[in-house]
Amino acid sequence: MQTVDLANTPLRELNTALQAQAVTTNQTQWEVLNPKGAHAIAVGLDAPIEVTVNGSTGYYCAGMNKQATINVTGSAGPGVAENMMSGTVVIEGDASQYAGATGHGGLLVIKGNASSRCGISMKGIDIVVFGNIGHMSAFMAQSGNLVVLGDAGDALGDSLYEARLFVRGSVKSLGSDCIEKEMRPEHLEILRDLLERSGADARPEEFKRYGSARKLYNFHVDHAGAY
Amino acid sequence: MCGIVGLFLKKEELRPKLGELLTDMLITMTDRGPDSAGIAIYGDDGLLKITVQSDTPDTTFAGLDTALTAALEGPVTMRVTDTHAVLTLPEGTETLARAFMAEKGIRVMGAGHSMEIFKEVGLPRDVAARFNLRAMSGSHGIGHTRMATESAVTTLGAHPFSTGADQCLVHNGSLSNHNQMRRVLAEKGFAPQTQNDTEVAACYISSRLAEGAHLGEALEGTLRDLDGFFTFVVGTKNGFGVVRDPIACKPAVMAETEDYVAFGSEYRALANLPGIETARVWEPEPATVYFWER
Repeated sequence: MQTVDLANTPLRELNTALQAQAVTTNQTQWEVLNPKGAHAIAVGLDAPIEVTVNGSTGYYCAGMNKQATINVTGSAGPGVAENMMSGTVVIEGDASQYAGATGHGGLLVIKGNASSRCGISMKGIDIVVFGNIGHMSAFMAQSGNLVVLGDAGDALGDSLYEARLFVRGSVKSLGSDCIEKEMRPEHLEILRDLLERSGADARPEEFKRYGSARKLYNFHVDHAGAY
Repeated sequence: MCGIVGLFLKKEELRPKLGELLTDMLITMTDRGPDSAGIAIYGDDGLLKITVQSDTPDTTFAGLDTALTAALEGPVTMRVTDTHAVLTLPEGTETLARAFMAEKGIRVMGAGHSMEIFKEVGLPRDVAARFNLRAMSGSHGIGHTRMATESAVTTLGAHPFSTGADQCLVHNGSLSNHNQMRRVLAEKGFAPQTQNDTEVAACYISSRLAEGAHLGEALEGTLRDLDGFFTFVVGTKNGFGVVRDPIACKPAVMAETEDYVAFGSEYRALANLPGIETARVWEPEPATVYFWER
């Protein structure tokens, strides 16, 4: 176990060390102490290592992650796991705005609540939130899965492309072009796998699925007069 | 981008530490606002007092108390701290004192019975040191680190803004209907003194409170009447309030323990508060008013 205490180690030194790990490294277990809300902790990793951050983080924790598993024992600030490519990020507490934004792959698990714009413009990432999510979540989400065990705020899935949204609780309102869709066996299978991998205590049958009505995809000739 | 910090103490014993706690919080928010910094601090409810500022304190403040004693025909005391001076006044003389200051070209930062305001251009660390904020005590306080967007980097453009007795407001964001609101407020007798958009929000709150609104109602009104991006933190003699616009892109974190309620633009500002490990920490909801009063 490698332990880095941010009370006496500069953040840049921590990130340089983490980013320098080769795919074959034998330093696979890392612990970060005293994060105290610092920005950009454990960003840009590209090795199958496991990093545990003991406490709460600020902006952009675990951004651009590839392969690594990053656990935050507290809460995460805005933009956690932004643009993640692969790997796993687990937040034990809450996550602030735009968690998992633009993520291309990997799994982001938030065990508390996520605030506004969760999964905005997601492009293949899977996000599982045990609590609630805030307004404008999955805005322009392109692909991947967003699973919410609690409730969703206003304008869920506004201008949605092909991401799948699964919500167990209530949805305050659906955004433009987002509709409830039929839950088919393949969706239950995707959901079962995500719930299992994230350790969520919920059954796939309890969820509703939301997706794109695909009405914004093409220019509508009926509207030509408006221009 | 700007930084906001606020601390509302629930226990008497912590009062001597208010300045120290708030100063550390303020300095942590330097990279959100290195242009200017300011703090409004609420002490005991005592004599009427007015906080004034001058860029030439040595000459301007020399003999100011004596001159004001004569003008107001009553006892005036003065405490000078760097570019600011806090003057205690005979009850009922605030209007006269303001007229006196205006004539002498001295800027009034705020007035009331418990609040003092200190704000200047410069790094938060330097501003805090100049005013010896660390040594201040009180029941609650609000601080701001500014990265200017809507008006110039000047002392008067720094936050907090005070537009009513013992009232102050700080802001992260920018308002888009402040020119329209300026006219509305001027008609009500709450004309902003600067070109700053935040002062318009402060005047709005003051006008609503003057009309008899409760702090919660006044904050609620900002959601209806002010357009733009905002996270506001507001102080009154007995209260402390927070409201964010419905889009809520300006960050905010709050923490509450048995000892205090704390606000920070980021968790970093709260990370060293006593008992933060076990505090209830949450992000204030959009378009939702939070306030505490004693």
